[in-house]
Amino acid sequence: MTRSLRWLGAAALVGLPFVYTAPYPMHILIIILIWSFAYTSWSIMGRFGLVSLGHGGFMGIGAYVTALAWNYGHVSPWIGAPLGLLAGGLLAVVVAYPCFRFRIIGHYFALVTLALSGIVLQVITATRDYTGGSLGYTPERYKNGSSLYAVQFTGKTTWYLIALGVWAFGLYIWHRVDRGMLRYALEAISEDEDGAAATGVHVTREKLKVTVLSAAMTALAGALYCQYQMFISPDTVSGIAVSLQMVFAVVVGGIYVPLGPTVGAVITIMLAEVLRVSFGTRAVGWDNLVYGILLVIFIIFLPKGILGSLLALRRARRGAAAGE
Amino acid sequence: MLTLSSVHAGYGSFPALFDVSLEVRQGEAVGVIGPNGAGKTTLMRVVSGLLRPSGGTIVMEGVDLARTASHRIVELGIAHVPESRRLFPRMTVEDNLKMGGFTPAARPGFRQRLAVVYELFPRLAERREQLAGSMSGGEQQMCAIGRALMSEPKLLLLDEPSAGLAPVIVEQLFELVKRLRAGGLTVLIVEQNVQQVLRVVDRAYVLKTGRIRAAGAAAELLASGTIRDAYLGV
Repeated sequence: MTRSLRWLGAAALVGLPFVYTAPYPMHILIIILIWSFAYTSWSIMGRFGLVSLGHGGFMGIGAYVTALAWNYGHVSPWIGAPLGLLAGGLLAVVVAYPCFRFRIIGHYFALVTLALSGIVLQVITATRDYTGGSLGYTPERYKNGSSLYAVQFTGKTTWYLIALGVWAFGLYIWHRVDRGMLRYALEAISEDEDGAAATGVHVTREKLKVTVLSAAMTALAGALYCQYQMFISPDTVSGIAVSLQMVFAVVVGGIYVPLGPTVGAVITIMLAEVLRVSFGTRAVGWDNLVYGILLVIFIIFLPKGILGSLLALRRARRGAAAGE
Repeated sequence: MLTLSSVHAGYGSFPALFDVSLEVRQGEAVGVIGPNGAGKTTLMRVVSGLLRPSGGTIVMEGVDLARTASHRIVELGIAHVPESRRLFPRMTVEDNLKMGGFTPAARPGFRQRLAVVYELFPRLAERREQLAGSMSGGEQQMCAIGRALMSEPKLLLLDEPSAGLAPVIVEQLFELVKRLRAGGLTVLIVEQNVQQVLRVVDRAYVLKTGRIRAAGAAAELLASGTIRDAYLGV
């Protein structure tokens, strides 16, 4: 992608809500942006073979800490969300440090994190006196419902721009990691942990860095989702289903390219919406069935994901053209 | 420079090294020879911190390596070329070398070290953009040694560098070791290729079933029957 094209795309995304304001498509766009950010956060570590099935847990922590701090402590989300990030990061350390220290890798790491998803869900459900349990939870409205202090806005345009900004921030972090020494360390670790250690990489520390980064970003996605929807429930922001959804979307979109998770979010959310709109309640759960089938197909035939495969194809074409 | 005193090590409840003591002095090339399963690789892993000894001390210039993390050991100036090379196959040659200069101390001199390594191995310069895993065994071994040299080590640990390589490549490899020594590098080399390694090192230890069975100047060992006994030994 050329530079000017990229700026043009960015300008179009920023300018969109000033010319187009239909609420339903705007809502879908905001949701896509928030989830794109969450998926990007997941892929920041996922692309190095650190497959976490616990990110639903981090997202739930971000959402619930923000909402609970607001309702019980009257703490503005400007403080509450960073608290959520901190909690998510701490939880990541508690779970991941022993895993990395004692070389729990691959499938075993995925299983440990899977348990984390389940535990966070259980804790939210079990403390139903405070969190509303499986019925969900709503942050209290502040005055007339639009306030910078409470991070509550009624206008979709505002939310769109916030979500867009956070999404762009996620891509920026992806980019920074991609260009940094952290990436070399993590690629080396994913290829050969002993080899990496022998060249002087502090394996545990480098893995922990990226995990905490990814977990904190995912918690931010949870906080953002909470503030936008003004309603959270264990099933929509935490739990195993959300964790699996992240993995699925990223695999579909492309795990190794920066916009892959975004493409994954567009596809999965559009798919769910199309099924919901065209089949209504008769199709409840169908999206999961379709996800499952698609996941199998993708892992076998398009392991680089849609965007990843397209970019690889283009590169191959260019290479062939240049070679002639 | 490096002193091991009655080191014991093993994997779980399986012991692999018993009471191993050896010494490497500044500027020396020292060999450890012995048959399969003697504990040679274990010895290397213990020195570079990939495996913790269960007893004994390993001291490098006054620092106890048994209590030092492997990434710190690299910073202390020990570079390990592991058995079967352990390159990062899906990274390019240059990225592999870059990883060798990963420690914060080595990063500022990266360009300069890279130039040195490319001068030493012109082949790697030609193939800098190629994926490391797609090269021949000999080239991969060069890349692994180059990677180790990127951290500007004082002591180079070579774990069976000749394994799986054609005889002519092995000869080049040992020539290279000689050149590195001449450049002031201290080398500890573990080998099964006894005849050739003894022509490169000053002294050698014979390791068998986890114990040091003999030690001495390379020429003496070549002449004596000790080695034959260690290999066929009854």
